[in-house]
Amino acid sequence: MTPKTAVFDGWRGKGLEEILATCRELVEDPTYPTVKAWRTQGGKVAGHFQVYFPEEIAHAGGLLPVKVRGGQTDGVAVSQHFGSYLCSIIKTSVDIALSKNLELDMFVTHPICDGARNMAGIWGRNFPYKSQLLHLPQNPNTKAAVPFLAEEYRRLAQDVERVGGARVTEDALRASLVLYNRSRALMRDVYRIRRDTPWKLSADESMALVGMAGFLPREEWIALLEAVLPMLRDRPASRQDRMRVVFEGGFCETPPFDLLQAISRACYVVDDDLFIGLRWIVEDVPTGGDPFEALACAYVHQSSYSAVQHDAKKPKEKMLLERVKAAEAEAVILAAAKMCEPGLDEQVAYAKALDAHKIPYFVSEFEENQTTFEDIVLQMETFVENVMFQ
Amino acid sequence: MQTTAEQQPADPGIVGRGAREAARLTRSWFTSLTEAAQRGQGAAYVFVMGSMTEVLMAFDFPIVFPEVTALQTAVRGTSEEYLKLAEDYGFSPDICGYVKADVAMFLRGGEHPMGKMPKAAIGITTNACNTYFKWAEIWERLHQAPVVTIDVPGERADRTQSQRGDHQYAYELAYVVGQVKELIEHLEAQTGKRFDIDRFREHLRNTDEMNAYYGKVLALNARTPAVFNVVTDGLAYLGMVNCFRGTKEGATYFRELYEEMEYRSRVGIGALTRVNGKDVQLEQRFRLGFRGVPCYPIIRGFNEMFSDWGGIFVVSSYLTLASGGMSVRHEHDLANPIESYAEGILRQIREVQTGVLFDMPDVEGRDSSFNLDGVVYHGIKSCRTSTACLADRRFHSGEEGLPILLLESDLIDPRAVSKAQMKNRVDAFFEGLISRQQRQRAHG
Repeated sequence: MTPKTAVFDGWRGKGLEEILATCRELVEDPTYPTVKAWRTQGGKVAGHFQVYFPEEIAHAGGLLPVKVRGGQTDGVAVSQHFGSYLCSIIKTSVDIALSKNLELDMFVTHPICDGARNMAGIWGRNFPYKSQLLHLPQNPNTKAAVPFLAEEYRRLAQDVERVGGARVTEDALRASLVLYNRSRALMRDVYRIRRDTPWKLSADESMALVGMAGFLPREEWIALLEAVLPMLRDRPASRQDRMRVVFEGGFCETPPFDLLQAISRACYVVDDDLFIGLRWIVEDVPTGGDPFEALACAYVHQSSYSAVQHDAKKPKEKMLLERVKAAEAEAVILAAAKMCEPGLDEQVAYAKALDAHKIPYFVSEFEENQTTFEDIVLQMETFVENVMFQ
Repeated sequence: MQTTAEQQPADPGIVGRGAREAARLTRSWFTSLTEAAQRGQGAAYVFVMGSMTEVLMAFDFPIVFPEVTALQTAVRGTSEEYLKLAEDYGFSPDICGYVKADVAMFLRGGEHPMGKMPKAAIGITTNACNTYFKWAEIWERLHQAPVVTIDVPGERADRTQSQRGDHQYAYELAYVVGQVKELIEHLEAQTGKRFDIDRFREHLRNTDEMNAYYGKVLALNARTPAVFNVVTDGLAYLGMVNCFRGTKEGATYFRELYEEMEYRSRVGIGALTRVNGKDVQLEQRFRLGFRGVPCYPIIRGFNEMFSDWGGIFVVSSYLTLASGGMSVRHEHDLANPIESYAEGILRQIREVQTGVLFDMPDVEGRDSSFNLDGVVYHGIKSCRTSTACLADRRFHSGEEGLPILLLESDLIDPRAVSKAQMKNRVDAFFEGLISRQQRQRAHG
């Protein structure tokens, strides 16, 4: 059954600052109170690991898609399950589930990196419900990719039906596409504000707003954003003399809010790849025709880029340069999560490309559980001063 | 306790032939690559899992396995200088050491301990390891060479593998067939040569023979004594199975290797090691499974930590993974070679992925046909593919499972290898095994 009562309406009647603070608290909260509220009403939950997941399919079957993306945990429950050489998000994601802070009815991961795909087996050994890989094609350049992915989506829909008890009909999926197209438009609006008037919305606030889409019922998230966006546009903030930068490297594990906040004090972060999976499809998905095929086609042809999608038509350094240009950024923060092989590999390519185009950049590593930022803030401020006074 | 091979029944001249031939063929393979580099001939850069060798040979590409050349830097004791060079170029200490060794070889103009590598004219990558994608993208940038991807869907959830006749199997196979055909089209366009399907058939015939005998050789170790050690001798077989895949030499090698090993198994000549210039048999008190990737910087020393206690590695995940699934039997339908080849890729590569993600009962199960006494998990900094699940697997092995030793180091980075610490843990593991055996005897 799909719950009828809102799981989060505490924002109604509140001012912008209070709403933003509440959103941040919820995104940071590893106990997922809104998901618990959904389950209390009898709702079922499809957990999906970073980066991209076709949320529409879970939604069409009446499930709540919840992005599993780690968090700040003590790591006690998970300590015996992992060795040393692994990024934090894999460990803390399992930790949150083992400590029953996030209870699911199915779990889906993707072959985006060697750690993420191992989660299919790890999750399956530790929890009683089905844990699986959704095989997002790693060869999007073949003509065979879209037909394959459409079939893969139909296979996923059958699992959703088994969990939710409702059929994922083509009409239901079309209705979900319409809803998520609206959601995508609102996310584009958020980033438009970041680009056009970055003094009105900082990177950390933006991550709080977009991150909410990872676990709120999408109808509720849309209502929230439709209320917040006008408030942001009217926010009485004035422009300051700050450098415009792009933050790249948060496509999977995300940096702590405090780190983004510290960066935002030193410069305007006018674009980023944080929660890029929620914004992966960059245009409306056509709602006529076969909706499975339309969604598959959008994944391949109407999509953004990240270090974990191998696509010969989207060389990452070229895509980053386009992001920098579109955002009219003057510099780039090249971040990577500690022990993240794809992110760390990509840093080198990005750095060489930025060197070639004489775009200043700042290389850094972060961890979601990080709690001290003095060194990085000092280095960041020095970098900004160097660039601004050159 | 070791015994000399001379104490065994009369040797018809074949004992030790597999080891000698592997050494000779390895040298000839590296020499052929050095000659290609000297001619300025562009090579196909491929990975051991999903090399697409049979297609590439039909277009006359010399074939480079950067994993094989990278591991040679560790075996020859030179990996650290390669790793540091790549790190100076910008790569993190926390990424795959193979990738960095390969980058460093490029920066050194192809020089490596066994000769010189030709530059890449094309790269082929599969999804058997995700780092392959990042590595192939590096080839694109450094060598300015095109990269073609063969993406192979693996098993999605434990024990849900699609089967012939399923709808899922059909759409998975169609996806792989489409990519193989596009690879052939790409190679025709790049080289200006027509795809010679009869040559391709010939390579498939050779691969079929290798496949049949490779599987038979691995199966012989289920008997006692084990006729080879998977973490030493087995690595030579991997070199042959990859570098000579699809060739007459490869087919002959494995046919003759089986002949030798079957003879030895029949007459009781177990795995051998060289001591003072002589082949001596390894003591086999404990039969061990090995899961993970070898520790190449101390490859002999690593094995000796176990063989000194009478431990012998009889089966491993590595001989499936790093052979690209060659341990899985697949005989090509030569009347329908392209589709049949694609099906072989699907079946073999997904077996690799199933082993990594879900289960390898023969390597780590109490009911393994290899009659195991224990399992060694070797997690490495370089490879999340093979390492990420190990601690969790051990956690779930429970009281009913086999004794498991989990070690961590690296496949080529000596800076991540602490031999003394490893030895302490290995010694404790064997003390536990001995105590377990004594308890079992005491309880009948």
